[in-house]
Amino acid sequence: MSNIVNLLLAGLATGAIYALVAIGFTLLWQTSQTINFAQGEFVMLPAFFVLAALNLKAPLWLALLIGLGASLLVLGAMFKLIIVDPMLRHGVLPLAICTMALSIFLKEGVKESYSAEASPFPSLFPSGNVSVLGAQISIQSISIFVFALAAVYLLQAFLMRTSTGRQMQATAQNPSVAKLLGIPVERMILYTFLINAALVALASFLVSPVYLAKFSAGETLGLSAFIAAIVGGFNQIRGAIAGGLLLGVVDNFAAAYVSTQYRGAVPLFLLIAVILFRPQGLFGRAEERTV
Amino acid sequence: MMGAKPALLRAGLLLLGLGLLIAVPIGLNRYGVYIMSLWAVMAIAAMGLNLTLGYAGQVSLAQGAFVGIGAYAVAILMTHGMPFIVPLLVAVALSFAIGWALGYPALRVQHHYLAFVTLAFSTLVYLIFRNEEWLTKGIYGIMGFQRPTVFGLSTRTPLAFYYFCLAMLALATAVMAWIVRSPWGRAFVALRENPIRALSLGVDTRRYTLMAFAIGSAMGGFAGALYAPLVEFVDPTPFTLALSLNILMMVIVGGSGFFFGPFLGAAIAVLLPEWLRFAQGWYLVIYAAFVMALLVYTPTGLLGVADRIMANRRTRRASAARAAAAAALDAPGLNPEKP
Amino acid sequence: MKSLAGALVISAALAVPAYAQTIKLIDVAELSGSGATVGTNFKNGADLAVAEINAKGGILGHKIEITHMDTQSNPGVARALVQKALDENPYALLGPGYSGSVKVTAPLVAQAGIAQVMGGEAAELTQMGIPTLFRTSFGQQSSMPKIAKYMAEDLKAKNVALLWVNNDFGKGGRDMVSKELQARGVKIVADLSTEAGQADFAADVVKVKNANPDAVFVYLNEEESARALKELRRQNVNVPLVGETTLLGQKVIELAGEAANGARGHVGLTVDAPIPALQEYGKKFQAKYNYIPDHNGIKGYLGVYMIKAATEKMGKLDPKGLPDALHGLTIKTSAEPGILLDLTIDKNGDLDRESFMGEVVNGKQVIKTVLPKLNP
Repeated sequence: MSNIVNLLLAGLATGAIYALVAIGFTLLWQTSQTINFAQGEFVMLPAFFVLAALNLKAPLWLALLIGLGASLLVLGAMFKLIIVDPMLRHGVLPLAICTMALSIFLKEGVKESYSAEASPFPSLFPSGNVSVLGAQISIQSISIFVFALAAVYLLQAFLMRTSTGRQMQATAQNPSVAKLLGIPVERMILYTFLINAALVALASFLVSPVYLAKFSAGETLGLSAFIAAIVGGFNQIRGAIAGGLLLGVVDNFAAAYVSTQYRGAVPLFLLIAVILFRPQGLFGRAEERTV
Repeated sequence: MMGAKPALLRAGLLLLGLGLLIAVPIGLNRYGVYIMSLWAVMAIAAMGLNLTLGYAGQVSLAQGAFVGIGAYAVAILMTHGMPFIVPLLVAVALSFAIGWALGYPALRVQHHYLAFVTLAFSTLVYLIFRNEEWLTKGIYGIMGFQRPTVFGLSTRTPLAFYYFCLAMLALATAVMAWIVRSPWGRAFVALRENPIRALSLGVDTRRYTLMAFAIGSAMGGFAGALYAPLVEFVDPTPFTLALSLNILMMVIVGGSGFFFGPFLGAAIAVLLPEWLRFAQGWYLVIYAAFVMALLVYTPTGLLGVADRIMANRRTRRASAARAAAAAALDAPGLNPEKP
Repeated sequence: MKSLAGALVISAALAVPAYAQTIKLIDVAELSGSGATVGTNFKNGADLAVAEINAKGGILGHKIEITHMDTQSNPGVARALVQKALDENPYALLGPGYSGSVKVTAPLVAQAGIAQVMGGEAAELTQMGIPTLFRTSFGQQSSMPKIAKYMAEDLKAKNVALLWVNNDFGKGGRDMVSKELQARGVKIVADLSTEAGQADFAADVVKVKNANPDAVFVYLNEEESARALKELRRQNVNVPLVGETTLLGQKVIELAGEAANGARGHVGLTVDAPIPALQEYGKKFQAKYNYIPDHNGIKGYLGVYMIKAATEKMGKLDPKGLPDALHGLTIKTSAEPGILLDLTIDKNGDLDRESFMGEVVNGKQVIKTVLPKLNP
């Protein structure tokens, strides 16, 4: 029993991170048909903004703010203006490939300019464990889970309850109709990119104490989040959440009860099963065929 | 006359390119020759993906996995003492069969699901290469097979093997040219341009798409069959998802759907980082920045841009001619369309 | 004057690097891709040694010039680059660090007849009969028997769980240690492969617990070691955790905190060994690169000093003679402080030197026993 609780809770903590990153994937896809292969590196980078600020003797809270600000600027606004905007009208693939090059750029750039070593990242939560149903669970994991879910809840509330949020949703569902209705579509798309940047920055601050700040830290994370987004349907926020949590849990149970050597394969079987039997994803809407 | 000139130009360019490919490596050191051979191998893999993507409009994220399957087939069979031709054929046939089996269920559902299924497949194949030690020797890799002897000529030296790769590239190009011009190829293009129209004209779209994917995968296997004797060592590390994405990049950067796009794309992906090595640790950063800039300015790929320039010039020439003609007609005031 | 200059040009053009002004070393290393940390450490260590030697006037009065080439952690690229390096007629070759890359490049270097001083640890590398290949650390065939012996005899473990990283480093160690353990009648009750960069060890540790072992062999890279130690502690696994240098180095202790306490094992190269020269080196490295080197950082450094010592023994710059000079060479710290620890190179290119059995106590690595050289 304690084993199962252990695996479940650890899986949920990892899954909550996948969910945060997968939501970003989904948002970018919805509003601007962007598949961001650099999403993992987007999670890696904010931790280095923070470390750079800490090296300049900034206190932690200020460093985190600087990290968030730099992420909004670089991973949100600049990413959209410099890369996405000029390429958007040329279809999905060239842009996706461009983000792949961006991922190499960010990874290698950090490695050369900062370090190839993993750097410790200050933890935002106390270390130590609490006992849950006979299992020792680290406060770290619980905090990650709680913070990630809180962020998701706030995002949902923003999208549902505020007028800007509803305008963003309208933009995501049908940009041309939204434009006709007088919604400033361009600005809404920019907001999406800023939200994505905020989400990856949060994910970065939450995982870096565990994953450490390292140039290659985004590789597996990006792929896992991508798979989570697909499993969840790629066009629904709650799909991305479910996909992320499911993937985290399945990965842990697969490693414990199927095979450690093939643990990476089990989520993929899940993916293929979802595609074959529920092509619109767990929670996704069927997208109309666009020809 | 209008048609003859570009055709002549194209033939001239083709001959010039071929001449360069034959002549250049003679002046290079072993390393340069190796890189050129790698280019030829990657060009074949990219050509296969170009058929899938550029002609049939399907995204495959498993081309690297097929290269791996081809390489392992050759490495395993050659260490069991088979002559190169047998594993080569096995590699191609196996990749074709796996491609077919993979595409069949994936294409049952819509469009971009092939991309997702191949993404999963690609990771799975890597795990199999690494974990199934009885077959692949796992992480340690397979060594101890030799470059083939073709018609009594050994390809052991770098230059000899390069010409062998070049010959194989020529063969693959010829096959591809034949496919693209065949009724199949026309069906692929019809499919890409307008699937619904193709469907209404009675083209069995699913079968043709599946065929394009399977042939494209077989080309990947073919490239892998050359990769193994080129490196003379096969281990799982090169055949991750990164290779598949890299080949996809070659196709897009070169110009997806253009016959010679993969040649250019492979040149950029294989040769450019080597030229940039003078920049030491930063060379991959510069390379990535270059690729991004290239894509931002030429999202349709290098040949896409060349094509657009040519087309623009043609339209300009045509409109100039039209204007001249109109002026000539205008002069006596005989043009009724003009207000 | 002119004819003298001409003679110089001609002798240089005859392409024997022995007459060249500088000693050309080429390091083919994993500077990007999955092995970037390994290769960068190796590179930094080598650079540090070169800078030191050059500051003191070089080897036999010749300055060293070192260039680094990036294999992207891909054996195919490594092979091509070694070819490129050989075309440039280097004095000797350093690297690569991945055993697979060493395996494909070593035959090429052997053909050229120059020394290749590399970082791979797989047992088979020095058993391929290649006369130009040299290690900079213990091979797994010398470290794993010591660990197996410790677990079987000192800990009296009957059942052991293995937790290893599934790359050529981890797999090589795991294969070697399980053979040695089984030869001593120890049962392997769990055999768990993990991924490089893995963050969550909950499932692996659950499996360890269920197998109920007397000891756990942990063979991961430093970062993953730290995460695994934390998880083992969290799930109350209280049996001895035994490993190699990557389990009880300073870096692991820093990352794992008090969870590292009790981790023990064989230590080959570490900057926290109770050897002043090693600790001194750690400080020098940290001052220059701003982080604590792992064992790869020491390997690159030692590699350069091995080349220096052998060259000085020959008394001339003879690239083809260097492998012979290295074989059977004993380098003492009294003669060459840069070697950090007395060292003998055997006829296969394997190293023999002192090593340690250590344990982490109260956040510090404590050396429990000093294992003498096999052939003192």
